[in-house]
Amino acid sequence: MKKELLKFLVFLVIVMAAPLAFKGGYLLNVLVFVGINTMLAIALNLLLGYAGQISLGHAGFFGLGAYLSGIMTATYGWNPWLVMPLAALIVGILAFMIGFPVLKLKGHYLAMATLGLGIIIYIVFNETVDLTGGPSGLSGIPNLTIAGTTFDTDLKNYYLIWSFTSVIVFLAVNLARSRVGRALRAIHDSEVAAQVLGVNARIIKIQIFALSAAISSLAGSLYAHTMTFISPASFGFNFSVELLTMVVIGGLGSIYGSFFGAVLLTLLPEFLREAQDYDIVIYGALLMAMVMFMPGGLVRGIPALFNRFIKPAGKGNGHA
Amino acid sequence: MQFDQILQYTLSGLSTGAIYALIGIGFSIIYNSTGIINFAQGEFVMLGGMLTLFFMGPLKLPLWAAIPCAVLISTLTGIVFERFAIRPLRQPTPINLVIITIGGSILMRGLAMLLWGKDTQSLPPFSGDEPIAIGGATILPQHIWILGITLVIIAINKLYFYHTISGKAMRACAYNRRAAGLVGIDVRRMVMFSFMISSAMGAVAGIIVAPLTMTAYDVGVMLGLKGFCAAIIGGMSSGAATVVGGLILGVLESLGAGLVSSGYKDAIAFIILLLILFIRPQGLFGKADSERV
Amino acid sequence: MRFRVIPFIGLAVSLLLCSTVFAATPIKIGALFAVTGPAAFLGEPERNTAQMVVDEINRTGGIKGRKLELIVYDTGGDATKAVQLATKLVKNDKVSAIIGPSTTGESMAVIPVAEKDHVPLISCAAGIKITDPVKHWVFKTAQNDSLAVARIYEQLQRQKINKIAILTVSDGFGASGREQLKSQAARHGITIVLDDTYGPKDTDMTAQLTKIRGSQAQAIICWGTNPGPAVIAKNARQLGLKIPLYMSHGVSSKKFIELAGEAAEGIRLPSGKVIVADMLPASDPQKKSLLAYVKDYQKHYKAEGDHFGGHAWDAVMLLKGAIERGGDAPAAIRDQLEKTRQFHGIGGTFNFSAQDHAGLGKDAFVLVEVKNRDWMIVK
Repeated sequence: MKKELLKFLVFLVIVMAAPLAFKGGYLLNVLVFVGINTMLAIALNLLLGYAGQISLGHAGFFGLGAYLSGIMTATYGWNPWLVMPLAALIVGILAFMIGFPVLKLKGHYLAMATLGLGIIIYIVFNETVDLTGGPSGLSGIPNLTIAGTTFDTDLKNYYLIWSFTSVIVFLAVNLARSRVGRALRAIHDSEVAAQVLGVNARIIKIQIFALSAAISSLAGSLYAHTMTFISPASFGFNFSVELLTMVVIGGLGSIYGSFFGAVLLTLLPEFLREAQDYDIVIYGALLMAMVMFMPGGLVRGIPALFNRFIKPAGKGNGHA
Repeated sequence: MQFDQILQYTLSGLSTGAIYALIGIGFSIIYNSTGIINFAQGEFVMLGGMLTLFFMGPLKLPLWAAIPCAVLISTLTGIVFERFAIRPLRQPTPINLVIITIGGSILMRGLAMLLWGKDTQSLPPFSGDEPIAIGGATILPQHIWILGITLVIIAINKLYFYHTISGKAMRACAYNRRAAGLVGIDVRRMVMFSFMISSAMGAVAGIIVAPLTMTAYDVGVMLGLKGFCAAIIGGMSSGAATVVGGLILGVLESLGAGLVSSGYKDAIAFIILLLILFIRPQGLFGKADSERV
Repeated sequence: MRFRVIPFIGLAVSLLLCSTVFAATPIKIGALFAVTGPAAFLGEPERNTAQMVVDEINRTGGIKGRKLELIVYDTGGDATKAVQLATKLVKNDKVSAIIGPSTTGESMAVIPVAEKDHVPLISCAAGIKITDPVKHWVFKTAQNDSLAVARIYEQLQRQKINKIAILTVSDGFGASGREQLKSQAARHGITIVLDDTYGPKDTDMTAQLTKIRGSQAQAIICWGTNPGPAVIAKNARQLGLKIPLYMSHGVSSKKFIELAGEAAEGIRLPSGKVIVADMLPASDPQKKSLLAYVKDYQKHYKAEGDHFGGHAWDAVMLLKGAIERGGDAPAAIRDQLEKTRQFHGIGGTFNFSAQDHAGLGKDAFVLVEVKNRDWMIVK
């Protein structure tokens, strides 16, 4: 337990100190989105890495959070701080109800069902023009304020977003180590065996699905308030795949892995920009290469490589 | 008037549905012999159309010569994909397979974009484009080509699976892979065969539809998903049930766009997909003993 | 060997000296275009054009002896990326002004950055809400959709057509067109008897057209960008629809005629003047700019310049004018842009003012018809 706490403290120090290194450059702005993506990757990882249930529709939940916050604050003038938890609750309940039929499915079928769900949500964003502004998007979403401070600069947003992200990381790490986490891993390994041991696999899976959706919704609300403009294009199938890639590259079942995955994939385009048109190719090749050569993700793959090539005789700890 | 409209919706839906059916069968063939849902299936549809254009444009081949070349290259791509991405996989869990086929589809799409650009392009129709009147509705000669070629392919499929040794071997793999291996069937070769057949079928679908719908590097995504819906309605059968599934989907979409709302046309396909998965996972016509769930 | 090397070194040194002495610091201009992704048909010609114009300006000595440096980023049509890259242009590259983004959605997302960091932004997107209401730092060069709609409606009025069907694509471009078509109909005495949409990736629109055939409509207006309208043209021909078909300026490039083939014949659409530049009367004030643009683009890219690229041409040239008059400080550029009058560009004749940051009048559009696989101006 002490080791976990130490890891979290290191993470916290890195996060809090990072802006010093960037001196308000544009990278700080990118790091704000890294924070949002970290939340989303962790949400998906809880479902995929711990409960072993794939989802290709998480961009939909992310979008629901963003649109609920956007519409209630921009159109109806509600208090953003009130809408945010409310949206997360609504999306969570929605996911809980959908979870019953959806999580009966497995593997490829689950992938396709969640994909279909994501696309339906996307179509609704596009078609309910009176509510969402349709394809041209929804503008005029207010920035968040706390006690008279408006979060309208990159630096302020950075600390706002990363405070939320840090809390999510802390909770996720604890959840993973709790009784629920162990039950989840049991389901992942063998659902039947877990059932036999008295784990109610079905309910736990559905609860995690709902929690995962609620966290995504929270990330969506925060996204809406930092961007102040949202449009359906940000919540399509491609983004669901991007999230999946973050989780896989970071490492299934590793919270900090998701953090690394989000950092890498959000910053990657910054370095690929020189190779403008090539980034989609590199993206696809990277995804395939990870699964083929490093199926455990970076957090396990890098130490494994290290063990194999750098210190062949060592017995390094390959688990993160 | 109302009747004419319904007839038109149905005819349009049938030709779109035939394409969904071809793609859907491609999904089923791979699924049945390997248990993989190939998310890259749609990209073979794209390859078919784009390669035909490539052979006709820069290489100046006539249409009838460009088509077999395009199908051949697409099929080779399918084999390469199976051989170098699917087969070497050390942990072929469903999640890894989903991710690697998604990665493959992104890669193929990206390469197509780099090779042939982002523009939409149009393929000439096989035999003119003078409309043909049927009752109060009209169709194009290309629609007849689509329906005809689909029928021929399904017939060949049937012959192959029921009247040849390798076809029967593939069916054996679909029933029980381990048992098939035990009786001396080379399961790996059958897996490769299934990728060959389904990439060829995808390519043909992409070619025959391109004169109507045009083609671009990114047409594969939506068509692939619709094809999958067709396969699900058909209970993942590689025969008539998926064809009917595709036709039903095509007609429902067309009727939905005509009579209900065209904005939600795509949603219709996915709502059907979800309903079938929830209520009748064995497909509309399947028996309940399926282990799809 | 040595004899050859020394003069080269000498030349290189003197060149270096020259460039540092004469060119001083270059003026940095940022650009955000959707070069990849679904809006690449906008972003690609825009990037090509902007680069071409900047090279041309530099070749002829720059602006008052200072070179222009164009920094282009690809947004992929994604609003989040557009915001990040706009921040990058402002914070890291320290540009004097930004051209783009290509789409209305991205432009709306980037506006807060421009307003907050006080950098002039010249959007290349058409959405009317970009400059309505007027934002202090934001201008645009793409013609408002409202002007294109007005142009079509006037023609319909002239032909005594008052019942129409509209078919719009469900993306930002179509949604904006649909809004304008609906809001201006009553003013022109036109009733929309059927209002339908199609998806940007749809491959068969016979269902919608069949519905229209069964309605009272005397004309169809379709609002979309390739390939949808080409499919609609083909489908309409298949169904033997006899009523006139109007398209939007979203398809005013040869690409549309190429895709739709035979089916394009007789279709009418409002367009920027660039595609009919050579047919314009010599008295047209834009003619000179238009012909120069078409010629340059052909020379550089072996392709036909379209009016999307024209938006970038206008943006760069407007900036050039502003910088020539007031220097390269962002605030000065903004003030000078607002004072621009009678600038004859590709999209039309621009007259900016404190109340109007779009700057174009109805004459920006001509109505063209496809005849024998080419464009004809409808008189």
